[in-house]
Amino acid sequence: MGLRKPPLRETHASRGASFTEFGGWEMPVEFDSISTEHAAVRESAGLFDVSHMGEIEVSGPDATALLNRLTTNDVTELDPGDTQYACITDADGIILDDTVVFRLPDDAGPRYLFVPNAGHDEEMYERWVDHRDERGLDATVRNTTEEWAMLALQGPDATNLAADATNGATRDVDRFEASFLEVAGVRSLASRTGYTGEDGFEFLCPWDEVETVWSAFDCQPCGLGARDTLRLEMGFLLSGQDFDPEDEPRTPYEAGIAWTVDLDTSFVGRDALERVEREGIDERFRGVRLLERGVPRHGYEVVDADGDHLGHLTSGTMSPTLGEPIGLGYLAADEAPPGTRVRVVVRGEPKQAKVVSPPFIDK
Amino acid sequence: MSFDVPTDRRYLESHEWTTTDGDTVRIGITDFAQDELGDVVFVELPDVGSEVTAEAEFGVVESIKAVSDLLSPVSGTVTAVNEDLFDAPELLNQDPYGDGWMLEVEPSDESEFDDLLTADEYRDNVE
Repeated sequence: MGLRKPPLRETHASRGASFTEFGGWEMPVEFDSISTEHAAVRESAGLFDVSHMGEIEVSGPDATALLNRLTTNDVTELDPGDTQYACITDADGIILDDTVVFRLPDDAGPRYLFVPNAGHDEEMYERWVDHRDERGLDATVRNTTEEWAMLALQGPDATNLAADATNGATRDVDRFEASFLEVAGVRSLASRTGYTGEDGFEFLCPWDEVETVWSAFDCQPCGLGARDTLRLEMGFLLSGQDFDPEDEPRTPYEAGIAWTVDLDTSFVGRDALERVEREGIDERFRGVRLLERGVPRHGYEVVDADGDHLGHLTSGTMSPTLGEPIGLGYLAADEAPPGTRVRVVVRGEPKQAKVVSPPFIDK
Repeated sequence: MSFDVPTDRRYLESHEWTTTDGDTVRIGITDFAQDELGDVVFVELPDVGSEVTAEAEFGVVESIKAVSDLLSPVSGTVTAVNEDLFDAPELLNQDPYGDGWMLEVEPSDESEFDDLLTADEYRDNVE
């Protein structure tokens, strides 16, 4: 099967982007350089094409009940126009995906859209439909991934750029809220969300009108490379790398996002997670800062001063903002709290490092 | 996109170059390699006095996004290392054929040069 292409594929190519495969999609990884794009987002603004993210719409009388069964958070807390971060877990409480749930800001009764990670849309669509049918719920589920394009405008200048392109309409959108408005005349769902640690917006707009929305923002285009370094500095999880049901099966408690779990709701995996909450965890998602030359990477082992195993890294790079090597991974919860001196084994050589609690930068 | 491939040196398919200048040779990575890597953030090189072997790993270069092994075009003894790269690895992006050089080696087998690619042959590989 060929790679899925975002609607702006040729626009990005003509701008000189290099591409990578991510979650079955061919996406721009770099336009100019990762450090240039990263700095633009931290210092001014950057624009990402994140159309590889999935979109599933859920509506009908039992839409709320269906979402509350399949996500770990409590969607009944959402008013129209609210967004909520949540996990989707299996019966053992293992994270299958993380997602943002939007309660759409319209009057047509509770209607939701949630955003699975790249390549997970079909699996999540089937999960929702199967569960709906098993439970006999009255809800309509649609996989709208290739109807919605998605752009992320992020950085300290994002609010002004967004206001300019929307006749000021985005000024009324608060953090973690969403509103339908026009971007350069294109009806879009604008949410004050993102995954870089900066203030900004994400825009869902019709697949065939995304060119107009993309062109409405005069700022640095950014690829997935900068998106990865930005989220890593914030300690945000990357699906398929920091958690993965096959290669890195983790509960939200291990992954450091227990706040997405509401044990007062009755979701798939709830009982397993209640047990985890009661009994505690062996390993926890932590940050490390290398104190010697080297770059921490996915898969590197972390050991103590005696060389005994403490855990492993799932992400790592040289932080463009700090100019220091940083990593994320799962370490023994009791033996390696923040502040512990550890060693990261870089190509066979144990390098001095310190456990920290992300984020790595003050945001 | 076209890349700079100077004709005064020879190449490995794995994107290392070497120039010969009397007794020693210089080794580095090509313009194509630095472009593929993106922002270089770390370089690991052997110590002066150590031995390198043709087409065997002699070090590592890391960009923000990737790790790549470095292969030596020739066998011999390392006589100099560009220590500027330890503090300023971005020299590899800025000037891969000049200030971004990596090693100087006293070769042990001159015939190994015959196996290296010419600039035209290397250019055919990357274009």
